[in-house]
Amino acid sequence: MSHDPEAHLPPRHDPLPAISDEDGPGPSAEEFARVQQSAEFQQLRSRFRRFAFPMTVAFLVWYFAYVLLSTFAEDLMSVPVIGYLNVGLLLGLGQFVTTFLITWLYVRHANRNLDPVAGRLRAELEGEA
Amino acid sequence: MDVGNPWLNLAIFLAFVVVTLVIVVRVSRTTTSVGDFYHGGRAFSGRQNGIAISGDYLSAASFLGIVGAVALYGYDGLLYSIGFLVAWLVALLLVAEPLRNTAKYTMADVLSFRMRQRPVRTAAATSTLAVTFFYLLAQMAGAGALVALLLGIDSRAGQGAVIAVVGALMIVYVLVGGMKGTTWVQIIKAVLLIVGAGAMFVWVLGLNGMNLSRVVGDAVAVHPEGLRVAEPMLQYGGSTASKLGFVSLAVALVFGAAGLPHVLMRFYTVPTAKEARRSVTWAIGLIGAFYLFTFVLGFGAAYLVGADVIMDSPGGANSAAPALAYALGGTLLLGFISAVAFATILAVVAGLTITASASFAHDIYNGVIKGGQADPHEEVKVARRTAVVIGAVSIVGGVLANGQNVAFLVSLAFAIAASANLPSILYSLYWKRFNTRGSVWSIYGGLISAVVLIVFSPVVTGSETAMFPSVDIAWFPLSNPALVSVPLGFFLGWLGSVTSNEHDELKQAEMEVRSMTGAGAEKAVIH
Repeated sequence: MSHDPEAHLPPRHDPLPAISDEDGPGPSAEEFARVQQSAEFQQLRSRFRRFAFPMTVAFLVWYFAYVLLSTFAEDLMSVPVIGYLNVGLLLGLGQFVTTFLITWLYVRHANRNLDPVAGRLRAELEGEA
Repeated sequence: MDVGNPWLNLAIFLAFVVVTLVIVVRVSRTTTSVGDFYHGGRAFSGRQNGIAISGDYLSAASFLGIVGAVALYGYDGLLYSIGFLVAWLVALLLVAEPLRNTAKYTMADVLSFRMRQRPVRTAAATSTLAVTFFYLLAQMAGAGALVALLLGIDSRAGQGAVIAVVGALMIVYVLVGGMKGTTWVQIIKAVLLIVGAGAMFVWVLGLNGMNLSRVVGDAVAVHPEGLRVAEPMLQYGGSTASKLGFVSLAVALVFGAAGLPHVLMRFYTVPTAKEARRSVTWAIGLIGAFYLFTFVLGFGAAYLVGADVIMDSPGGANSAAPALAYALGGTLLLGFISAVAFATILAVVAGLTITASASFAHDIYNGVIKGGQADPHEEVKVARRTAVVIGAVSIVGGVLANGQNVAFLVSLAFAIAASANLPSILYSLYWKRFNTRGSVWSIYGGLISAVVLIVFSPVVTGSETAMFPSVDIAWFPLSNPALVSVPLGFFLGWLGSVTSNEHDELKQAEMEVRSMTGAGAEKAVIH
């Protein structure tokens, strides 16, 4: 660590607010409901879901395929490929690779396609309040 | 097993305790207000928070447990590394950002957002305490194993005494240091742990000409099971029940991480959802690198130390990593790695204890008993007392769990988090129809089924390696309940929701817009 993490902590914080209160006036419930119905929000939501949901299904299928093959197809997973590295060990390393890859894809998608829209909607809501 | 000079080990160990105590005391002197306790002002950067998350996540289970499991069982042990990492995609894609946008302090804040406060807060706090308890159990067992190995204590009674002393020491750290001290120790420890494990990784690979296949080949050459160590089902292949136990473990690992209360709480320490995303990205990078190291460290321990030697040493499988350090670099590397492992246990226990006591004080004491009107100083007093009680209970549990692989014990905590917390979190973020009854049913249903199935599994009674080997009340054959309890948690959440008419459309709209856009979310406390 090149610098003191303490430097980022403010000298004083407020005590706990009551759990259901807002800190100062925020957007009202009706404003939230109106934004939810807006075309721009619907588009943001579907952009997010069309990426996140299929990707979640994909990595879960791939992960459980690896687990089930390890459990019930021992012979296949034990076939040597490179020296002592067999099919199973290489597929296991493949799980690392795909995890890093999906992380990179999601961050790119969110930065390019989600953040600008979310930022516009947030500014609109908080500007009104 | 020869583990160097116990007096030298003790000296390194005590020096470490003194240095960290000084840090914690100094940090705690600057703690001025109650808000520090929960989120450190929400002003951490994504990178700092990512390092702290990996510090919270890379517990004794990851370091001591996985290296031990790979050293003894090879391939089967690697499931921990893979599952613990892949699980982060659930957090990244579905949980971290909306959670940051919707909640304030604890998991219950999200779960109760559009529900009736009292029942949902009570349920969420209960499951937080249960997950924390199992997680603490594992860390305590790891601490006992580690200190026992360093001081060469073989008897069970002696190890129990060591666990009690270590546990008491940890409670002191939490009470003195609070959340700030914890985060401090967390960041330093994460860096030390990854650097230490990385050095051993390069060292073992270097001994084998940077050839991964040769590392595995060396382990195959000396392991009692030979080539089986590189193949699946060495540990779990015995019967259909044990094979299903492996699948069940895989379910717990992949769905558990995004339901761990102490990890969820870390998403609130950053100022925006974008920083929450950045911190998960950092965490995935660091955690992924670390788990790649465990692959080589495990096979390295299998051939440089030997499976038989590991099994016979005080601390059993959990001593593989320190023993490997001794085999590589002698007394000094052993001392360094042990100090890092101890820092790991200490920091994770502190983080867990604070999460649990915050949840009790904020959700039960303030939210349910005082209706949100509690005096903040009273609340912290309650949190401190809770910390002492939790510490004491986990010492007793740690003594009983001593000898179990700590990665395995943590997988039980993951199973409860996956069954009780994750269904409710996902439903409340993504399902319009979800309501109070669904939430309460899925939390209690997942929690109770997971705990009951653990109690009646071969882990607790009825097998040679059980916590109570002389009793036999086991009827559930799998050593991990997730295969049954996770689907049950999801099912009960659905069933509870569709049988209740409660539905707050406005609140749902607000939660959805907040979670997607961050509108109205709490900002960083301004300097």
